[in-house]
Amino acid sequence: MDAVYFLVQQMMFFSIPLLIVALGGMFSERSGVVNIALEGIMVSGAFTSILLISNLQSGMSGQLLLLIAIVVAIVTGALFSLLHAYAAISLRSDQTISGTALNMIAPASAIYLARMIQPNGVQQVQFTNTFRIEKVPLLGDIPVLGRLLFQNAYITTYIGLLIFVIAAFVLYRTRFGLRLRACGEHPQAADSVGINVYRIRYAGVLISGALAGLGGLVYVIPTSTNFNATVSGYGFLALAVLIFGQWKPLRILGAAFFFGLMKTISSAYSGIPFLRDLGIPSDIYKMVPFIATLIALAFTSKRSQAPRASGVPYDKGLR
Amino acid sequence: MSNLRKSLSSMSASLVAILAGLVAGFVILLFSNPANAGKGLLTILIGGWNNGMKGVGQVLYYATPIIMTGLAVGFAFKTGMFNIGATGQLMVGGFVSIYVGVTWTFLPGALHWIVALLMGMLAGMAWGMIVGVFKALLNVHEVITSIMLNYIALYGINYLVKNSNLFDSLRNQTVNVAATAVIPKAGLDKIFYITKGRLNDVSSVNAGILIAIALAILMYILLNKTTFGFELKACGYNRHASRYAGISENRAIITSMAIAGGLSGIAGALMYLAPASGLHIHMEEVLAAQGFTGIAVALLGMSNPIGIIFSGLFIAHITVGGFYLQSLKYMKEIIEVIIGLIIYFSAFSLLVRDLIAKAGKRRAKKGNQPSKQEAVS
Repeated sequence: MDAVYFLVQQMMFFSIPLLIVALGGMFSERSGVVNIALEGIMVSGAFTSILLISNLQSGMSGQLLLLIAIVVAIVTGALFSLLHAYAAISLRSDQTISGTALNMIAPASAIYLARMIQPNGVQQVQFTNTFRIEKVPLLGDIPVLGRLLFQNAYITTYIGLLIFVIAAFVLYRTRFGLRLRACGEHPQAADSVGINVYRIRYAGVLISGALAGLGGLVYVIPTSTNFNATVSGYGFLALAVLIFGQWKPLRILGAAFFFGLMKTISSAYSGIPFLRDLGIPSDIYKMVPFIATLIALAFTSKRSQAPRASGVPYDKGLR
Repeated sequence: MSNLRKSLSSMSASLVAILAGLVAGFVILLFSNPANAGKGLLTILIGGWNNGMKGVGQVLYYATPIIMTGLAVGFAFKTGMFNIGATGQLMVGGFVSIYVGVTWTFLPGALHWIVALLMGMLAGMAWGMIVGVFKALLNVHEVITSIMLNYIALYGINYLVKNSNLFDSLRNQTVNVAATAVIPKAGLDKIFYITKGRLNDVSSVNAGILIAIALAILMYILLNKTTFGFELKACGYNRHASRYAGISENRAIITSMAIAGGLSGIAGALMYLAPASGLHIHMEEVLAAQGFTGIAVALLGMSNPIGIIFSGLFIAHITVGGFYLQSLKYMKEIIEVIIGLIIYFSAFSLLVRDLIAKAGKRRAKKGNQPSKQEAVS
């Protein structure tokens, strides 16, 4: 049973950032803008917020510092994604081009800035992790569930799950969500009933930027104590989770947990007696999440359909 | 004629993007260290020439793999697919050619490197084809398959290398390939060198750059002068129309991804069929950067094979310039920022093209006006 608790606690560290970023990507793509810049936006959000933590941690620590960092990550991500929104929506340019550009600019400028700002031109941004919650009061004492979800956790896990609930509600139960989906399926029709397609798409991309920026921070906090201008391809994996989840919140949740579980098994198998005793080399374990995802996709994708207008710039003049 | 005008206008859009990117880069240099900014910009612009003919040779050397991956990405773009998996295809191709280069020493000298190169290409083709098959037959998005295959290639190759006689455990990398498997210099070492005392300091460039350029021209002919290429492009433009015209969409997707994979595979072979001083596959958990740079090369070259030769050379040129920038106390990462900005500005090509078209019209109007007045008078 200890192994199960360990597995679930670890799984959250991998799944939650994927969930947050993939949900962000969902808002962008459901509004009709492909966002392959998720990786770069994650790096930008992680960079500013970790830099902030690194500079403030001598004076403060714990959840308050983390909450401030979260706000900074969200704002950075949203601002950075504006670049993508401007090129993709206002200038109607090819959406992979500006996305690729952002993916190149973010890590390079993070290294450049870190080496300029920090003493001795150090590239890594160090920080002390004071954010782990040993046990949530009251909730942590609930039998089974308490140990699964409310011990050895981060506040970001609950924020991630909350974002999922809000995202699903917004997408399916609000006027904005309906308009967003309309713009991603048939923007001409949406425009003809008076919806401002450009504004909705800007909102979609900005939400994706905010969530991706947050996801960058959420990924770095539990897995490392220094930030080296990379989120190890998690933005691209989130893109995969988004497609695997067929652009729908509940399926994205499933895909993120599926992938997170596989990733946990592959990286923490030595902590699980049964898996350790199998004697399979670690490189093979590391391949498991990717192979498992491919196999799962092969069986489930036959009727998968991206939002119809996703990737197509909207030109009001062509209506 | 209209074809020529079209390629000229897209070229001018790329040039405007490069100019804008360099100006932005200059601003960054000004902010970080104003005293050296002018010198810094000059160093970037001079690129390889900073170190004479050897530096130029280094530009060609760095350009070789990214022209190949640029072709791989650009070719898939033409068929309407985003090949983000060039890095995985490159590593698989590189691994197989290292394997052949190390173990198949029974091959006669002149044949060894050619066979190693071809086997690398075939391996890359197979890896790329998986993406095509998943897309065509199982409706799995090419981006997700490519991303998964990148990591499978990464870890799989680490496993295979560590558990074979290809592993140099001391350096944590692959062993050197046999001397016969190294890509020959083809006389380029007689051009690209500088003299240091009584010795020639030779650049790393080899016949790979000639192979890359030849393949780019071949791809240009394939895409623009053959029925097969026309079919592939037709699927990229409008798959419904092309299906109606009797083109097999599935076949086009699979063959185009196989060709793209083959091009990346050659990139890997050209990188790793190197002498002892050259590149080896390191047992690190990092995807080869050349695959991602290929996306930038393809975008800047507007997916045109000939354009890709020039954009590959340009990106290699300023990257080499970045190495020399470090002597002026600038970080070399600024080059990547500049390349990113250039790509970003190239997204504005539509705007630039509109402006050029408008300017053209205005000029045409001005040209017409006097004749009108003449008619009135």
